[in-house]
Amino acid sequence: MSEKKYSKKHEWVSLNGDSATVGISRHATEMLGDIVFVELPEKGKSLNKDDKAAVVESTKAASDVYTPVSGEILESNQPIVDDPSGVNKDPENNGWFFKIKIKNKSELDSLMNQSDYEKFVKENPN
Amino acid sequence: MGVQKTTLYDFHKNLGAKFVPFAGYEMPIQYRDGIVKEHINTRQSSGFFDVSHMGQLFLSKNKSLEECLEKIIPLDFKEIKINQSKYSFLINDKGGVIDDLIITRVEGGFNIILNAACKENDIKEIAKCLNSENKYELRNDLSLIALQGPKSETILESIFEGVSQLKFMNGGSFEFQGRKIYITRSGYTGEDGFEISVPNKNVENFTKLLSNEGAKPVGLGARDTLRLEAGLCLYGHELNQDINPIQANLKWAISKRRREEGGFKGWEKIKNDLQNGVSKIRVGIKPTGRIIAREGTKIFSSSGEEIGVITSGTFGPSVNSPVAMGYIKSKFSEINNKILLEVRGKKHEAVVSKLPFYKKSYVK
Repeated sequence: MSEKKYSKKHEWVSLNGDSATVGISRHATEMLGDIVFVELPEKGKSLNKDDKAAVVESTKAASDVYTPVSGEILESNQPIVDDPSGVNKDPENNGWFFKIKIKNKSELDSLMNQSDYEKFVKENPN
Repeated sequence: MGVQKTTLYDFHKNLGAKFVPFAGYEMPIQYRDGIVKEHINTRQSSGFFDVSHMGQLFLSKNKSLEECLEKIIPLDFKEIKINQSKYSFLINDKGGVIDDLIITRVEGGFNIILNAACKENDIKEIAKCLNSENKYELRNDLSLIALQGPKSETILESIFEGVSQLKFMNGGSFEFQGRKIYITRSGYTGEDGFEISVPNKNVENFTKLLSNEGAKPVGLGARDTLRLEAGLCLYGHELNQDINPIQANLKWAISKRRREEGGFKGWEKIKNDLQNGVSKIRVGIKPTGRIIAREGTKIFSSSGEEIGVITSGTFGPSVNSPVAMGYIKSKFSEINNKILLEVRGKKHEAVVSKLPFYKKSYVK
C-alpha cells in the first residue's frame, strides 16, 4: 500500500496497484459525530474526481462523500452499511468506504500527505 | 441584539460542549460523549439539559386573567388545580399554532414555558389579550434545567427531600441555598423527569450537584432524537401558524369543555375540523430499511401519488432504526399503511407507525 493521501473534503485514499481504497478521515468522523447511515456506490460505477460517491449520515444531518480520484468502483465495504458505527470506530482502516480502479495516478499529486493534512485541519477546524 | 448565551455557557464549555446557534442562543448540541451515548444515558440513567433559552413567563393572578387566557389558550382553566401543569397552545385566528407551551397554576398566578424562538412574539400575542390590570413578567433572572431519565427521581430526591412525591405534570416549591425554587415533574423526552427553575445565580452550583450525583450533560442533538422517539412535536417542524391542533393530532391538548363550547381564537376552523375531519394529519413514519428521511422528504402512496411531507426525521438510538414524523393525506394515515419516501431521487419503503416509537415511562 502507498502512503495515505488526504483531500480538502476529508477523504483519504491509499493505493495498492491500480486499486485505490477510499474512506473518510478521523477528523471527519469527529466532526460528524455518531454515524448512523452509510450509502455506498455500486460496483462498476464510473466516477470522476470530486464526484459525489457516497452518503454518510449522523443523527444530525446527511453529508456527501466525494471520490478524490477518478475511476471505476471495484468494491464497497458492506460491513459499514450493516453497522455504520464501524466508521467511527476505525475510520482510516476497517471503516473504508469503497475501492476504485484508478484511472490517472497523477491525480494523487494534488492531494495532501498526512502531515500537510494535519496542518490543513488545524488551520481549517470546521 | 447579538447572539445570546445562557448563564451556564462557560460550564458547558468546560464539559466539552460543541455549540450551535439555536433560536438566537449559542446552545450545546452535544458534549464529549456524543448524541447517541447522551441519548442512551438519558433512557437508562439520568441526563441534565440546559433549557434556559426557553421563556419562563409569569402572569399575576387577578379577576380577569383566566377569562383573558381562555381566548388564546384552549384549556379549561377552572379545571387546572394548584401546582398542576397542562400542555397546550397559543392559537391564532385561523386556529393555527402560534406556539406550544406548558402552563402551570402556581401561587399568585400562572407560569408558562415558551419556546425560545417564539417567546418575544408570544408575549406580544398574550399582552394583546390581557386587560391593563393584568401583570406579566418574562423571568430572565431564572434558568431552567431539565433532568430526565429513570434515575432522575433518586438523584433529585437526594437534593430535595419530597420531590419524589410529585406526580407527572405536577409541581411544587422547594428550597435551594436559601432560595425558593419551583420544580415540575415533566419533560420532553418520553422519560420520567423534572424541570427545575433555578435563579441564574445558583444554577451553576445546582447543575454541579446534579453532575456529582451522577447525571450527565445532554445537548440539543439528543434532545431532538429523544423527543422524536417519544412522538413529541417540535415547534417549527410539526407545528406552525398554518397547522391547527386537530391536524397535529393533538386534540387531547384542547380541554373537553373547550372542544364543545369553543370561545377561543380560530374556533370556527377547529370546530369544522373536529366535526368533518381533517384532510391532512400528523403521523409517525418508520422507514423499512436504514434510510433516514429528513425534514422536507416527499411522501408518496404505494401507487405513486404524492401524499405528504416529512417534518422531522432522524435515527432513533433506542429503537435502533430510523424514525420520522410528517403530515399525510388522512385517507393514507392508517397504522401500518405502506408508503414511499423519496430520498436522493429514489423511493424507499416505509410504513405509517403508531406513536410513540419508544414507550413512555411517566410516573402517574
